[in-house]
Amino acid sequence: MKKLRGRFLLLLAVTVVSCILALPSFPGLYQSLPDGVKHILSHRGLSLGLDLQGGIHMVLEVEEDRAVEIAVDRSRKALEDLLAEKALAVDGVNREGLNRLTIDVQKDSDVAEVQALLDEAFPSFVSEKSSGTRLEYELRPEDAERIKTSAINQALETIRNRIDQFGVAEPLIQRLGLNQIAIQLPGVQDPQRAKDLIQKTALLEFKMLDESKVALDFPPQVEKGQEEKLRQEFSGKIPEGSEILFESVEEELDGSNYSIPYLVKKDAALIGDLLQDARVTIGDFNEPIVGVTFDSKGAQEFDLVTAANVGKRMAIVLDGKVYSAPRINERISGGRAVISGTFTTNEANDLAVVLRAGALPAPLKTLQDLTVGPSLGKDSIDKGLRTTVIAGALVLIFMIVYYRLSGLIANMALALNLIGLLGALSGLNATLTLPGIAGIILTIGMGVDSNVLIFERIREELRQGSPVRLAVNAGFEKAFLTIVDAHVTTLITGLALFLFGTGPIKGFAVTLCLGIGINLFTAFVGTKVVFDFMNRRKLETLSI
Amino acid sequence: MMEILGKTSVDFMGKRNIAFAVSGVLVALGLVAAFGILLGWANLGIDFAGGTAVQLKFDQPLGIEEARKALQAHSLSEAELQEFPQDQKILIRVKTHTTIEDEISKQIIEAFQAEFPNHGFVVDSSSSIGPTIGKKLQEDALIAILLSLVGIILYVAVRFEFRFGVAAAIATFHDVLVVLGIYFLLNKEITLLVVTALLTLAGYSLTDTVVVFDRIRENLRRRRRETVFEIINNGINQVLSRTLVTTLTVVLVLVPLTLWGGEVLHDFSLALLLGVIVGTYSSIFVASPLLLLWPGAEGKLLSRGR
Repeated sequence: MKKLRGRFLLLLAVTVVSCILALPSFPGLYQSLPDGVKHILSHRGLSLGLDLQGGIHMVLEVEEDRAVEIAVDRSRKALEDLLAEKALAVDGVNREGLNRLTIDVQKDSDVAEVQALLDEAFPSFVSEKSSGTRLEYELRPEDAERIKTSAINQALETIRNRIDQFGVAEPLIQRLGLNQIAIQLPGVQDPQRAKDLIQKTALLEFKMLDESKVALDFPPQVEKGQEEKLRQEFSGKIPEGSEILFESVEEELDGSNYSIPYLVKKDAALIGDLLQDARVTIGDFNEPIVGVTFDSKGAQEFDLVTAANVGKRMAIVLDGKVYSAPRINERISGGRAVISGTFTTNEANDLAVVLRAGALPAPLKTLQDLTVGPSLGKDSIDKGLRTTVIAGALVLIFMIVYYRLSGLIANMALALNLIGLLGALSGLNATLTLPGIAGIILTIGMGVDSNVLIFERIREELRQGSPVRLAVNAGFEKAFLTIVDAHVTTLITGLALFLFGTGPIKGFAVTLCLGIGINLFTAFVGTKVVFDFMNRRKLETLSI
Repeated sequence: MMEILGKTSVDFMGKRNIAFAVSGVLVALGLVAAFGILLGWANLGIDFAGGTAVQLKFDQPLGIEEARKALQAHSLSEAELQEFPQDQKILIRVKTHTTIEDEISKQIIEAFQAEFPNHGFVVDSSSSIGPTIGKKLQEDALIAILLSLVGIILYVAVRFEFRFGVAAAIATFHDVLVVLGIYFLLNKEITLLVVTALLTLAGYSLTDTVVVFDRIRENLRRRRRETVFEIINNGINQVLSRTLVTTLTVVLVLVPLTLWGGEVLHDFSLALLLGVIVGTYSSIFVASPLLLLWPGAEGKLLSRGR
C-alpha cells in the first residue's frame, strides 16, 4: 500500500513519455504546438509503410559478369589503339568468353614486343598460353573480383544520385548481401517513370556510321517488332566490327511508329563517361532536346573525332538505341553536343538526370518489385483505421457490459496500452504497415485476455467467499504466472518472425514484441494500482 | 456478476474419442495440404512461387470474361483473374518460373490500355518476384516456423514437464495443419501474410493450451484424492469461462477485420479467425486428453506435488 503513490507516479511518467514520443506521429497536432516545444521534440515519428502511402520496393541484382565483360572489352579497345599506335600489325584482338583476350599477331618477329607491351600496359592480364603468333591472356581473378565489387559500389552511387535528382522524400537505398541492391521509394506518384529512371543503364556512345555499300540495301524503315528479322537477314553480309542498330520513330501527325536501321561501327568513337553536364533545352521546332557538355578531356577527344570525320555521319546511341545520326559538318571544339529525338518533356528531363548521374557499370536484373499505387494505400489506411475503431469499440463495450466497473478499469489499461505502443513505435521511428496495424489489434486482444484471466480468477475467489481485498490479491497472484507463460510463448513466435521475416512481416513482429512487454506492464502495474487504490477502504463488494 | 457460463462440470474427457476422430480427419487434410506445398501443387502465392500480380482499379465496371479475353489476345492466357466487383477491381496473377525481365506487369497494363481504350484505370498495386527470392522466402518461412515451434516446446517443457511440452506442441501443430487444410479446401492462396497468420495463431493456441495446463498442474498439486481423469476435467471446467470470454473478444476483433479490413487483410484475418476457434477447441479436446495417452498416466498420477 505504501508504494501506491510511487506506482501511480510511474504510471503517469510512462503515460506522459509515451504521449511525448507519439506526438510527432500526428502531424496535425504536432504543427499546432508552439515552436519552442517543437524544437525539443523529435520531429520524426511513425512513418507509413509502402502499403499505406503507396510507393515502390525493389530488389535489383547487379549483373557482375556483364561488368567484367564490359571492362575486358574496354581493355581490348585500348590494346587495339595502342598496337596501332606502335605500328604492330595484328589480325585481330578478340574477347573470348568473359575474361579472356586472344591476340593474333601477324609477324613472328613482333610477338615478343607485343608480349612486353601487354605485360607493361595491362598488368591485370596474365599470359595463359601462347602458341606461335596466337597469344592468349586472361584477366587475373583478383582483378575480376575488384571489377565486380566496384561495379556494385558504382551502381549504388549512381542510383543514389539519380534518385536524389528525381526528388523522392526519404528514399532507402541499401546494399543487400553481395551483389543486390534494395530500393524503397515511398509515396512515388508515377512508379513506372521512377523504375525506368533507376534501371536505365544510360550508356551514351557516339558511334561512326559504317558507310559500306551493304547499308544501301537496308529498307528505309521497318515495322516495330521486325528488327531482329532484319538483323538475321543481313547477318554475315555486314562487315565484321559493325552492327545494325535502330532508331525508334513515332510520327506525331498520324501516331504511326516504326524503326530506322543504321549500320554502325561496333567500337564507339567516344563514350559518355566524359560528360560534365546534361540539360534540357528547347530545339528549333520547340521540342525538348538534351544538350550535353563534355569535360575537358572529353571535349578534346570530341574535337579530335569530329575533326577526323568531317562529312561523315555519327550516331548518338543510348543503351543500344540510336537517337539521331547527324552529319558532322565541321570540327566541333566547344565540347557540346545535342541529343534530339521524339521526347516528351518528362522523358527529356529523366534522360538529362541519368546522363548527369552517370551510367550504370552493368545492367541490373530485377529480383523483386512491389509497387503500391497511392490510391490503394489510402484505401487501406481508411479501411484499416475504420476496422480498428470498430473492433476496438466492440471489445470496450463488451468489457464494460460483462465486467462493469472492473471492465472500465481494464479499458483504461487498454488505452494506456495503445498509447504506450504508439509511443514506443514512434520513439523507434518504426514504419507502420498494414500487418503492423494487425499486430496492434492483436496486442490489444492479448491485453484483453490478460485482464479476463485476472478477473475470472478474482471472481472464483469471490465465489468461494474470500473478502474483496484477498480475492483481488489472490486473483492477480494466481493469474500472474499463467499470463507470463502465455506472453512468453507468443514472444517466442514474435522473435522468430522478427529474425526471419522481411518487410511488412518484420513490422508485424516488432509491434507484437513491443506490445507483449507493454501488456505485461499495464496489466500488473496499471490495472493492479487502480484495484489497490479502491481497496484502501475496505470494500464489501466489487463491481466485477 | 454477468456470466456466460456458471460453474460447469462437463465431461470433456469422456468425449475424447469423438474429438480424436474429428481431429484425425482435419489433420489428415492438413497433411495433404502440407505435402502439396512440398510437392509444388498447392496454391502458393507469388511471394513464394515467384511471378507477377497486378491489381487494377477501373472507373467503370469491366467483366472478368472480357478481361480474360483481352489478356488472351496479348498471349497472357496463363493469367489467373480475380475480381472485386464492389470496388471495380481486378487482380491478375501470372506465375512464372522465368525471370521477371519480360516485364509481365508492363505487358498486362499495356494489354488493358490497348483493348479497353474507353475504360480508365489506375494501377493499385503490382508486384513481381523472381523465383530466387521466392525460394528464399519459402526457406525463411520454414525456418521461422520450425524455430518458433522448437522454442515453444522447450519453454513449455521447462516450465511444466516434458509430456506437457509434447502435448502442447502436438495441439499447436494440429491447429496450424487444420487451418492449412481448410485453406487448401477453399483453394485460398498461401501467401507470406497467411504464413504470418499461421505463426500468430500458433502463439495464440499455445496461450490457450498453457492456460488450461497451468490449471491442471495447479490442481494436481492440491487435490490428491481425485483421479487424473477428474483433475483434468475439473481444470478445463474451471478455466472454461475465461477461455470462452477470451475467444469471444478475439472473435469480436477479427470479424470486422475479415469483413471490412480490405482485400489485403482479409485472408490474414480469416486464417486467424479460423485458428482462434480451432485453437480453443484443441486446447480443450486435443491437448488435455493427450496428457492421458502418455504411458502409465491413467493409473498413477503425473509427478504430483512437484
